[in-house]
Amino acid sequence: MKSIILSFFLSFMGLIVSAQSYEIKGTVADTNGTPLPGVTIIVKNTTKGVSTDFDGNFTISNVNNGETLVFSFMGYQTKEHLVVNSNFIAITLTEDTQTLDEVVVVGYGTQTKKEITGAVSVVDSKTIEKLNPVRIESALQGQVSGVSITSQSGSPGSASNIRIRGITTNGNNNPLILVDGNVVEDLSVINPNDIASINVLKDATAGIYGVRAANGVILITTKSGYKNTDLKFELDTYTGMQETSRKIPMLNATEYAALANEAFAVGGDEIPFANWQTLGKGTNWQNEIFQTAPISNINFNVSGGGEKSSYSMGTSYLTQDGIVGGEAANFNRFTTRLNYNVDILDNFKLSTSVIYTNTNKKNLSENALGSVLFNALNMSPVLTIRDENGDFTLAEGLGNEVINPVAQIAGTFNDTQVDKISGTAGLNYTFLENFSAESRFQFNYAEVAGRSFSPEAFYGSGKVFNVTRNSVNEYTNIYRDYTFDNFITYTKSFNDTHNLKALLGMSVFKTAGNFSGFTGFEIPGNSYNEAFIKNATDVVDNYLNGGDKFDGRLLSYFSRVQYDYKGKYLLSAVIRRDGSTRFGPENKFGYFPSGSLGWVISDESFLENNETLNFLKLRVSYGIVGNDRIPDFRYVSLLNGEGTYVFDDELNFGVAEGALANPEIKWEKQKTFDVGLDFRLLKSKINITADYFEKRTEDLLLTPQVSGILGVYAPGSSAPIVNAGTVDNKGFEFQIGYDDEISDDFKFNINYNFTTLKNKVIYVASENGFVAGGSFGVGQDPPSRMEVGYPIGYFYGLKMDGIFQNQSEVDAHATQTNAAPGDIRFVDINEDGEINSDDRTNLGNPIPDITMGLNLGFNYKKFDFTSYVFASLGNEIVRNYERNQNLTNRSVYFLDRWTGEGSTNEHPRVTTGATSNTLFSDYFVEDGSYVRIQNVQLGYTLPENIIEGVDKFRIYASVNNVYTFTKYKGYDPSASSGAPIGGGIDQGFYPVPRTYMLGLNIKF
Amino acid sequence: MKSIINKIIIALFFTTFVIIGSCNDDFVDVASQDENSDEYFNSEQDYQDALTAAYDLLQSTYLNVMLGEIASDNTLAGGESATDVPGIQEVDDMIHTPVNAQLRDIWGWMFAGVNRANFIMEYQDKTDFTGKEQVLAQARFLRAYYYFELVKWFGDVPLSVDKRIQFGEQFTIDRTPKAEVYAQIEIDLQYAADNLPAIQVEAGRITKGAAQALLGKVYLYQNKFPEAATVLDQVIAGPYDLVSDYNTIFEQDGENNIESVFEVQYTDKEGAGFGCLQCSEGNVAVGFNGIRNYSGPLFDSGFSFNVPVQEVVDEFEEDDLRLDVAILDIEKWAEETGATYATGFEHTGYYNRKYIARKGDLNTGDANLTNPNNYRAIRFADVLLMAAEAYNRGNISDDVARGYLNRVRERAFGDTNHQVTESGASLTEAIYHERRVELVGEGHHFFDLVRTNRAAQEIDGFIAGKNEVFPIPLIEIELAGNRWEQNPNY
Repeated sequence: MKSIILSFFLSFMGLIVSAQSYEIKGTVADTNGTPLPGVTIIVKNTTKGVSTDFDGNFTISNVNNGETLVFSFMGYQTKEHLVVNSNFIAITLTEDTQTLDEVVVVGYGTQTKKEITGAVSVVDSKTIEKLNPVRIESALQGQVSGVSITSQSGSPGSASNIRIRGITTNGNNNPLILVDGNVVEDLSVINPNDIASINVLKDATAGIYGVRAANGVILITTKSGYKNTDLKFELDTYTGMQETSRKIPMLNATEYAALANEAFAVGGDEIPFANWQTLGKGTNWQNEIFQTAPISNINFNVSGGGEKSSYSMGTSYLTQDGIVGGEAANFNRFTTRLNYNVDILDNFKLSTSVIYTNTNKKNLSENALGSVLFNALNMSPVLTIRDENGDFTLAEGLGNEVINPVAQIAGTFNDTQVDKISGTAGLNYTFLENFSAESRFQFNYAEVAGRSFSPEAFYGSGKVFNVTRNSVNEYTNIYRDYTFDNFITYTKSFNDTHNLKALLGMSVFKTAGNFSGFTGFEIPGNSYNEAFIKNATDVVDNYLNGGDKFDGRLLSYFSRVQYDYKGKYLLSAVIRRDGSTRFGPENKFGYFPSGSLGWVISDESFLENNETLNFLKLRVSYGIVGNDRIPDFRYVSLLNGEGTYVFDDELNFGVAEGALANPEIKWEKQKTFDVGLDFRLLKSKINITADYFEKRTEDLLLTPQVSGILGVYAPGSSAPIVNAGTVDNKGFEFQIGYDDEISDDFKFNINYNFTTLKNKVIYVASENGFVAGGSFGVGQDPPSRMEVGYPIGYFYGLKMDGIFQNQSEVDAHATQTNAAPGDIRFVDINEDGEINSDDRTNLGNPIPDITMGLNLGFNYKKFDFTSYVFASLGNEIVRNYERNQNLTNRSVYFLDRWTGEGSTNEHPRVTTGATSNTLFSDYFVEDGSYVRIQNVQLGYTLPENIIEGVDKFRIYASVNNVYTFTKYKGYDPSASSGAPIGGGIDQGFYPVPRTYMLGLNIKF
Repeated sequence: MKSIINKIIIALFFTTFVIIGSCNDDFVDVASQDENSDEYFNSEQDYQDALTAAYDLLQSTYLNVMLGEIASDNTLAGGESATDVPGIQEVDDMIHTPVNAQLRDIWGWMFAGVNRANFIMEYQDKTDFTGKEQVLAQARFLRAYYYFELVKWFGDVPLSVDKRIQFGEQFTIDRTPKAEVYAQIEIDLQYAADNLPAIQVEAGRITKGAAQALLGKVYLYQNKFPEAATVLDQVIAGPYDLVSDYNTIFEQDGENNIESVFEVQYTDKEGAGFGCLQCSEGNVAVGFNGIRNYSGPLFDSGFSFNVPVQEVVDEFEEDDLRLDVAILDIEKWAEETGATYATGFEHTGYYNRKYIARKGDLNTGDANLTNPNNYRAIRFADVLLMAAEAYNRGNISDDVARGYLNRVRERAFGDTNHQVTESGASLTEAIYHERRVELVGEGHHFFDLVRTNRAAQEIDGFIAGKNEVFPIPLIEIELAGNRWEQNPNY
């Protein structure tokens, strides 16, 4: 490989051309005549360039006769100037919000929007500023088509699931996220204020990232300063209150007791609440655990630049309490960022950045059997929070998992602290007119330290959460990674007709880490303050069986050729070779080709100067990208299983085989096809992008069930990973924007987009034809499946056919265990006269058929208004937050239960007797479609110069997550665990809070 | 100045390219910190560590014991509701089908044990050290133990000797006839008996007596009475004895006592979760058997599975001291002590007192899954009764049989007034009765009924010609390439 690079390097050495050259001076200003500092001026099709100084002046030397100077500045239309003499030139740039010449990062380089031949979406800093998100992911939701964001929880600091164009694998579906070229897995450590732009590579354009590109690539660029600009300060701050967006209507004490009595009576048992009429409303447990919680953020930014350098520095602090648990669920984040770029020589540039982040997070149990919200919904309203002695009331008689949620919060102690430092340093050297060589080094170092304490606690007899011997767990995990990229770009224009850009590069990536952790018991005083390993007895090393280190690496070579003919016919081709430590010797290396074509139809003579259609481009791309996201060393049989036994009453740690090996595992391949059209109409006021895509994932990396005789059910063992599936994702994306300045006082913009998605499993090489996952109720079969012919993770269960109204209906129906009038009648799918697990069928899936986003904004004089609506339609969600015990509380819909013939055909009777009503069926599968007003914001900017020295002073009020229109009975239809098989099952999702904020933006 | 910088730049870039050039494909060859299983067995310690791992699966036999008891007419499934662990409920009602999660667990866990024992046997010749025979003897005992469970539950099963069943082989390996599996079990146990000491230093290690007792049991299951009598007599010769107070056997203090011929070891020192029940170092069955939502003295809470029925309580004779040890009358107990509890599904008022959670353990992790109660797999009383049965049913000597039987009864009643005097078929019945009450709650009764052809008459729903064995899990047939025939009538 070395020799290839060198020969490439040397073969162009001879291509030095010389001609008559000038030194050109000039000035750049905007339409008002105000000088523009920091405008980039480059000689077209070369990498040679300068930028304007503080007064808008520039000098550029060695410009040849006939060459073109390109003037570009963020937010302005780019202008070109043909050099014919050395006269002083004065350039005026016009402001443009929707320029085609806007530069878009596409990986190891940039392209203008006009040149792009792939499906790339951009979210710029203006949008981020408008949306004011607490986390970056929210800036993507509904803003760009093809990107789906679901939150795993609404709790502070919790993660979101980002899915680009569907669910392609049953493994890890997360896209590759690069912040300034630096790999980032957890976006919660990034301050949204630091971000200049987010670019999403959705199709084969991502192929330049080879083996990691199968789930798409998100490129985030942080803010940097501009040369020749004064020191500028920006201060952004907001403070607000959060509250729950929903409480589930539950039965009050009287209703609860009446229903419990009915259930016991029907079941033939003694009624438990003879005094039911006197119980009143009782305790509303949701009111007891939900609270309003503060959130506030302050961000301070400094930027500026001298003649040869620019800098930008930001620091921020965010603190957010939980709407459940308040401070006990606090998340806070402190960040500091510094970007510094300097031109050491005109053709030798250094760019550096450093980000330090510290986050602190406290967790409560969420979205699980026995989690806080689950308990709030199932706890008996007859019980009080505390008993007559002032102790927390025990949740007796409510099953083993339901406990007093207030006691649960009080008994939860943990704290996770992340210290992370990320840095980048890049050198760019341009030489021989057409060449640019770049070397970049990026690293992350993170220390994740945490402590959790389980105090001695008794929540009621038989509760699984009872602790008779307190314990503390302390851990420190260290993660280190680096990416080292080197590439050479050759840019050449022949007669201004044939434009060529060639890139050759290589990249190495290494991620490593080590974990340490200890668990100790018997903390004196049963107190969190004393809960340290040093105070504990019987300390156990959490990594006694190993598993405390990892080391994963990638070695990649890549090349890209971009060619265009007069900017009208565009072509781009990429090939990448990746080597990954995750695969065995036979399949360590893989090749990933991709290519795209573009045709700017509006440049053809028949459309030139068309009044209506200002721009029209057709794009087509195809490529093969890869996925290597499996655990390390699954190609070799390792002794990392668990083989512990007891001799002499002491634990003995033996040595056993771990997961079964498959030496033949190889890349998961994704073949992606995209065809798209970009339109601009009516003086570019209307902007349309439409794409159709097809993605086929082959050789899916999955862990199918394998025969038990192989020993896979041994502790610490598991089935091998095999390449054994094919999944299709097809969809259509459409985005339309309208932007108009109706008068000087009134500006208006509206953006709408939608994405359709069809997911289908084509092939699964599992002997039984499916892979099951997820969980429902207690001890029931997994409700989700990946199976040929259905969407991945579809719900599989019994189908309800109303309610048995009388005994003759029961008798007439297929044999159904325990069936009685008032019970759910299940459909005898296989018509064998018996209702059993063979009658299960497709009950829908959690993947929305269509998602939409609508942004609306206008400025009237000094007022600005934005609002943003998101919709997700056609996704199903499973209601699984009901424990359905004899004495657990129920939702109000139980008031509409079956009480006798003809009463209802929807909700079954209540009974303590044996019943099949709680078996997984479509009775528990609901339409999870929703439309949400995500954000409404009203701002006012003080007139300029009202405060001396202040460039901008804006105050605003905003509400996030304003209102959700949905039929779903649970908290939040937008939440999902994100699991490809087993997602969309709601065990009491922590709802995304509604937040009221007041904020301030100041620039000076 | 400029030219110096230029030189530096050129030097810098050439350095970079040299670094790139040196970065060849070896960069992505990384060795794991964990050892490769093909490069193991280089020292005695390696063998000992692999042996410990082979013992590990003994702990997962909690399910065999619990489900075996539930399958019999001694207990009902219980639990929270009719749908609480459907696999257990179905076995209780004898309506189980080839789709049953618990049967699949037993299948998978026992084969996991077989594979771990075979891992050692596969490399038995790699490294020599003194005392290797003892390591191999323990490994072979364990293989025999797991295979005996498999044969009891499923009949014919794929037999692999001295090598692991490797990925891919599941599509070619056949079910081996039960008789051949038994033959291998006998060879293994004979080897173990010949090479193990009568007393091991560490409690929990397999002894000569354990191997002989299990061999006797295996003979008995095949109705090889003379062989059974011979080998069981060797166990009876010593060093074992009955403890005088039946009540002490099942408490913490009674673990690994003189009556314990083979005992599966559990501890409460490590946490556990439902995600991997076979990983628990505690006795999971004890939590499952425990009293639902119990609050009171002596006992801890549990999930109210495996609840004894009135019929087994009535099986005890008057004055039998074992009744109050074996069966807890929860209503009576609550009345006496003020304890409270909840009634689960199929509440009978009785609990399997030998194996329900006791107070006083560490309650680590999920307290229901980490109970430290050892399972007394082969008790000396069991050995005596097996020997009695062999002498009686093999027509060897009813005198000897009665002697052994009465030794057990003497302890049970605390006197010699309850001696059995029968012989012949009525002595056989007396031995059957004694096995049922002496060993109630210990997971033997279902298999005793099956091997003596009494299951169909005793167990509701038991169909002769079908329920003697359990079905091979359907999915396991499919995952092995759909070649195996299902057990008859499933």
